Amino acid sequence: MTWEIVIGLEVHAQLSTNSKIFCGASTAFGAEPNTQADAVSLALPGVLPVLNRGAVERAIKFGLATGAHIAPRSVFARKNYFYPDLPKGYQISQFDLPVVGNGALAIHVPASGKQAAYEKTVRITRAHLEEDAGKSLHEDFHGMTGIDLNRAGTPLLEIVSEPDMRSAAEAVAYAKTLHTLVRWIGICDGNMQEGSFRCDANVSVRHPGGELGTRREIKNLNSFRFLEQAINYEAQWQINTLENGDAIHQATVLFDPDSGETRMMRSKEEAHDYRYFPDPDLLPLDIAPQWIEEVRATLPELPQAKQARYVGELSLSAYDAGMLTASREMADFFETVLAAVPKDAKLCANWIIGELNAQLNRDGLDMAQCPITPQQLADILKRITDSTISNAGAKEVFRTMWDAMLKRGEFNSIIISAPSPQISASGSSNLTDVDAIIEARGLKQVSDSGAIEKIVDEIISANADKVAEYRSGKDKLFGFFVGLAMKASKGKANPAQLNDILKRKLNG
Amino acid sequence: MSPSNTDVRKVARLARLAMSETEIESARAQLSGIFNLIAEMQAVDTTGIEPMSHAQDVSQRLREDKVTETNQREAFQAIAPQTEAGLYLVPQVIE
Repeated sequence: MTWEIVIGLEVHAQLSTNSKIFCGASTAFGAEPNTQADAVSLALPGVLPVLNRGAVERAIKFGLATGAHIAPRSVFARKNYFYPDLPKGYQISQFDLPVVGNGALAIHVPASGKQAAYEKTVRITRAHLEEDAGKSLHEDFHGMTGIDLNRAGTPLLEIVSEPDMRSAAEAVAYAKTLHTLVRWIGICDGNMQEGSFRCDANVSVRHPGGELGTRREIKNLNSFRFLEQAINYEAQWQINTLENGDAIHQATVLFDPDSGETRMMRSKEEAHDYRYFPDPDLLPLDIAPQWIEEVRATLPELPQAKQARYVGELSLSAYDAGMLTASREMADFFETVLAAVPKDAKLCANWIIGELNAQLNRDGLDMAQCPITPQQLADILKRITDSTISNAGAKEVFRTMWDAMLKRGEFNSIIISAPSPQISASGSSNLTDVDAIIEARGLKQVSDSGAIEKIVDEIISANADKVAEYRSGKDKLFGFFVGLAMKASKGKANPAQLNDILKRKLNG
Repeated sequence: MSPSNTDVRKVARLARLAMSETEIESARAQLSGIFNLIAEMQAVDTTGIEPMSHAQDVSQRLREDKVTETNQREAFQAIAPQTEAGLYLVPQVIE
């Protein structure tokens, strides 16, 4: 009997405001406990919430980026429960009138096994503003629990999807796309270790086309790997349970990364009764069309629009376009390089996706920390396109420059392995840096056809037997001649030119 | 509609109120009165009237996204029953 997995995700994205959602305390991560917990965060008697414009603006941005409806009037509600890291006894959230509704996100599910890659759209039911709770520390404080309220009142956007996903891979693709998007539009830093982007997964199983099964909710997944593992484990557990003739009961479960299993946290009977009601301390939030338009004007070109443009206008592959739009920093870098060598989009793409990414990985850096400027990479590419250096030579220039820039970043001085060309302090384009490295490393290609012809002539006369074999049909020997010629030119012969000359002379 | 003693016990538990059986009985009577009032209001025809979320027809004023608060932990913790290492200490809670 076949089973279909049905998944919906709730993502809590911490909004990148400076201050909290209802008061002027700082949201900076990592401060000493309770140094950012002011009277409102502590819920001292008599305090009142005042809504942060920056948080609303970010919610509007998200709504626009997902083609959603932005409610002209939305309402804050109290979600009541008792826990010491929630000093008011309720969380201010939104209930029946959220700020964002009816959006959608197009996702790309990568190929896996026999399954080819495919595109899919996941509907977003709603996104609402709410405040985060504080943190409980259960380490031993003489049998007491320690409470840090720095995080209490940090703005969150809870993004709720429809149960549109049918596999853990789709859920991960959706979560990753969402993660890229919130960083791209600058509303959330996406730092999963610090809890800025957390996922809850609602999972159920059914026979294809049948009624939706009973779902269980996996709470607080803070990595894509855990999200995938937890869903796969949970779905298999539900299938086994049903095939054993048992029933699934609605419940909240936790994923244990050590055992790779999900375990029950509370059943439906124990589920909270939150007794939502409109918060009388907060008036309805009105968002005028004019404000929406102002926010729209600040939206950058979105990743999917960029991908379409890269494929359509620059003739890049969908894979390349996807890689180049993995982050806004990456896309900006690519576009700056491309502006300097506008005819060579594919060359720019290959270098960024290949060599640059490899170096970033090698040094454990992310794109924002890239030591090389786009202008410097563009200069290197210019010297490839004008045949000054070969691709292999360009890699050497690139690595030399990379290491020099890295060292300078660390020691704030210009250090390059000898012979040492100086690298201009600004990292701006002037070609002298690149040319100095080419000169110092002796990487300039021989593009003088007379010189190459001379080398080829010498090789042909010294290898008469091989030439005869080649001419009698042993085409594979061509590579042998190329190798000899390259060696004779110390690797500096322009490969395209060498090929042409060699072919002409061997066939002649 | 009239609440049962079981309903009252549930509401009391949600509100973390300890109530004796006599208190439950008197609370049940009071709640019944409130329920009757609600029933009376629900009998009013409100077709076509948009629900209000606040008694005044005004909307939320917004605050600029600026940090205006400074660290006053010492002052706040001076009135807390128990603190340690900058944390507020509470009876142990593990869900």
